Amino acid sequence: MNKDGVSGAVVEGASVQGTGLIKGASIEGVPVESLLMMVLLTLLAVITIAIVRQRNMFGVVMLASIYSFLMASVMMVLDAVDVAMTEASVGAGISTVILLATLHLTKSVEYPQVRGVIIPIFVSVVVGAALIWGTMSLPPFGIVDAPVHMHTAPTYLAASRDHLAPPNMVTSVLADYRSFDTLGETAVIFTAGIGVLMLLKGRRRKMLGESEGQGDRGGEA
Amino acid sequence: MKLDVILRVGTKLVLPFILLFAFYVQFHGDYGPGGGFQAGVIAAGMVILYAIIFGLKAAQRVIPQELVQVMIPLGVLVYAGTGVVSMLLGYKFLEYTGFAQKFLTAHEWGILFVELGVFITVSGTMSAMFYAFVGRGR
Repeated sequence: MNKDGVSGAVVEGASVQGTGLIKGASIEGVPVESLLMMVLLTLLAVITIAIVRQRNMFGVVMLASIYSFLMASVMMVLDAVDVAMTEASVGAGISTVILLATLHLTKSVEYPQVRGVIIPIFVSVVVGAALIWGTMSLPPFGIVDAPVHMHTAPTYLAASRDHLAPPNMVTSVLADYRSFDTLGETAVIFTAGIGVLMLLKGRRRKMLGESEGQGDRGGEA
Repeated sequence: MKLDVILRVGTKLVLPFILLFAFYVQFHGDYGPGGGFQAGVIAAGMVILYAIIFGLKAAQRVIPQELVQVMIPLGVLVYAGTGVVSMLLGYKFLEYTGFAQKFLTAHEWGILFVELGVFITVSGTMSAMFYAFVGRGR
């Protein structure tokens, strides 16, 4: 995690100056960024298939962690360093630990499926087709004048420069221009934490109470 | 893992640097990547690493469960309180301009407090969730 963040800082500084190491480099006419992207996305697809085929939950958790690290690398290639950092720390770090702790409480092997596969395949094909159909009307990937870049983003970028706000515009947008949204996000984390605590601790107290009362559930609790 | 010397000594060596890195990410978020959310997760990662290597009881002796549970609402209060203070200073909710004479300094202070609130809530939530998950099985 440490190393990741430090290299992130280096790349961030480089991309601010517009002299990033991989910027503009190309191999036989293909930009290095595109090559990196192809490799990473291929690996993502491979890991997704591996997760689907894996029956051991421990393996699934580890593969999901690798998936998150690859996703963080994708974000790095896209110059979204803050997102990459979040993905690496939350996706690969915390959620892996939480999932392993969950496996500690449950069984770690998935039960073999007993029902047919036709309905699941039908549902996933239909949903996948709907999603692909939905992407048809999206603007092309990476285009500068996509609607999302035309609405408030130029205002923020210009104002951020005029106000001499912090050099990392992600921070100034996140904590200043869009402070209300971040307050909402913090409240979401608060709610999630309280919800998990209520679910887990409430049950435990009841189980402990039962084990004290009955005595025969002590080993289970 | 009580007997694994390399893990125990290595963890003790690494822990302060993880915390230092968390604070670097927290306070350097204006200039580099990162901010309260990432720093909170890294700080919680330190707690989790300590708990994994030295056991849940040792971790809860250093960072009590009550503390992390109080941190969950405290961060939201710090965040919202920043907004309320800016209202008391005569500006809009979460408009930081009143915190200092200079516009930029005022907004840097505002961002600092807001990110502090995020840090407190995130690190508290992640640590409390880990404590809850691990403590349940014991």
